[in-house]
Amino acid sequence: MSFNIYKVNEELRDFMPPEILELEEKATWGNPKRGVMDLPYAKELLEEHSLCAGCPESDAFRYILASLPNPEDTIVVNSTGCTSLVFPHIALHTVHSLFGNQNAVASGIKRVLEYRFPDKVKDVVVLAGDGATVDIGLDCTLQSFFRQEKITTICYDNEVYANTGGQESGLTVKGHVFKMAPKGKQWDKVPMWQLAIDSGCHYVVRMTVSSPRRVEQAVKKAIYVAREVGPTYIHLYTPCILEIGRNADEGLEEMKLGDKERFSFFEHMSPQAEEVIKAKKEEGLI
Amino acid sequence: MSDNGFSGVNKSGQKIVSPDYLLFEAPREKVFMTGSEAVKEAVRRASVDASVSYPITPQSEAAHLIGELWVEGYVGVYFRGESEFGVMSEVAGCSMAGARIITTTSGPGTLRAMENFPMWSGARLPIQLVLMARGVNAPLTIQPDNLEISFLLDTGVMIWHAENAQELFDMVLAGFVVAEKTDVHVPIITAIDGFFISHTRESIMIPPEDIALPPYNPYKSPTPTIDAEIAPGRYIKDPFVMKSNYTSYATHASWQWEVRAAIERSRPYAKHYLKGLIEEYGDPEAELVFVASGTAASQAKEATRLLLDEGIKAKVVKVKSIRPFPHQELLEATKTAKYILVPEFNIVGWLEREVRAAFYGKSNATIIGTPRVAGGMTMPPEIIYKDALKILGKEVSHVI
Repeated sequence: MSFNIYKVNEELRDFMPPEILELEEKATWGNPKRGVMDLPYAKELLEEHSLCAGCPESDAFRYILASLPNPEDTIVVNSTGCTSLVFPHIALHTVHSLFGNQNAVASGIKRVLEYRFPDKVKDVVVLAGDGATVDIGLDCTLQSFFRQEKITTICYDNEVYANTGGQESGLTVKGHVFKMAPKGKQWDKVPMWQLAIDSGCHYVVRMTVSSPRRVEQAVKKAIYVAREVGPTYIHLYTPCILEIGRNADEGLEEMKLGDKERFSFFEHMSPQAEEVIKAKKEEGLI
Repeated sequence: MSDNGFSGVNKSGQKIVSPDYLLFEAPREKVFMTGSEAVKEAVRRASVDASVSYPITPQSEAAHLIGELWVEGYVGVYFRGESEFGVMSEVAGCSMAGARIITTTSGPGTLRAMENFPMWSGARLPIQLVLMARGVNAPLTIQPDNLEISFLLDTGVMIWHAENAQELFDMVLAGFVVAEKTDVHVPIITAIDGFFISHTRESIMIPPEDIALPPYNPYKSPTPTIDAEIAPGRYIKDPFVMKSNYTSYATHASWQWEVRAAIERSRPYAKHYLKGLIEEYGDPEAELVFVASGTAASQAKEATRLLLDEGIKAKVVKVKSIRPFPHQELLEATKTAKYILVPEFNIVGWLEREVRAAFYGKSNATIIGTPRVAGGMTMPPEIIYKDALKILGKEVSHVI
């Protein structure tokens, strides 16, 4: 379709809330060059997020949604956790079904959209936390990579089950004391970015969300490669400031520390992905 | 526009005909096939967009055959998922994106997939699941047993139980039609007793293969199709299930009521396309009535013939629809009953429970859940006959 579906019915215009009217008038549609630089000027696709004040995950949501090259034809698939509290606030077609099945649902959606709309580009993006992606949903995550599903998977890694009150996850670092790990975690953080490479992802990136422009680049590369080649994976450090005892204004500082340590920027591209990225750069789209 | 009221061809090049024409009017020819093959032939005529498969006995063959239809161009999307949990989520995605979708499972696979079924109904997805029942572990079993139907009764899906391959063929077609009605739009599980139906051949009558059901129209769904072709659901201001307040609780409660109400609204459609939610067989005035579903109904019909040899008039009321449950029809059909026997292929007697709940305070008949076989045991008509004679205080003369 197009952004026409966001046009307000004239007969109902007087009754529509202002944020819906703004979506039609001030959001960036139909422009693949949209990006985080639009944020101060354009209507965002996320309305009044419901996360904690200063939560880096909210930054990630804003940067990702601002960077989607094709928002009017993008389906966002979600799982359970802090992220699921945000989904009803997103202006696009979004899905929440169960905890951990996000990549399976996304696979079904992508394949049927390709079948129903062979002449249109419809991007499918999965946004889920570390518990959903790596613990309860690992099977569905990796199997979608094995099957070479043309979807982009974005993991918000806050290294903890935050929404349920701070329990250890597979992505918690070894030794860290969280609930359900009262003696400290006994085993290493799962290197999910490496599993993604080994499982067939064509573009993989590990990073924090300290740099909005860098997030934009990663999102665009991942979506273009997924569209034309196969699965792509973005691993983002979005620390839970609440669970690690940081203040609301310290998320960025925590991520900048992460940039220097275990979340130092790391990028992997398959040869096919490199070709796509090169072509998109030449078109001025990345 | 053709005589049957529909025109055009589907994506497979088959002529589109009305459901009534396909099910009731089109000429049929006799074929000799297994229940699994009957599923294939029904899917071939159902304008199916997608199917996702996973191996488990005894449903695997039906899933293979749907794969063959994909190769032949009758099904648009087909692949093997990673597990039943994954498959049922993949078919949910397919359905959300606007596909007519069918999948199959059995026994333990049903339980592995379990979390998905209430999600399907809550998301109002008209997915069809052909359940070839086999019982559940432990101990490991692959034998005929329909215990898993019991676990599905409260998941918010429609459940129909076919007696034989013919009924399965017709139910698969009717299942899409009824489940996809805008005022219904919930999942449909078409169940059979595995092996007995899936793996045995019988003569069935099927319409020609160049005609098919009208394709699914996803824009008649009561919830937005997830394809970015229509405006998304607007939950921006008040994400209703996400807040801890009275409004969100009330919304969730009314949503669940609505799913159950949607199943109730399927009654007139199911009645039409299944030619009744029940089927009566035997002496209309009988005091001895068997209420049964699936292959237990076949065995009960045989038992009524044995009983007639003894001069005992009996009747079978076959329940075709388990959800919605045909309370009124059953009460009407058992008016003359003094004894109601419920033979079943499972250890818990889920149909007996349903019958008792429906009849409580409304019937004076004595309800007895017998015979009950499980774990792959067969139910020869003689044991039904023997139990019936014992209950009536008569001598058992047939040798068994």
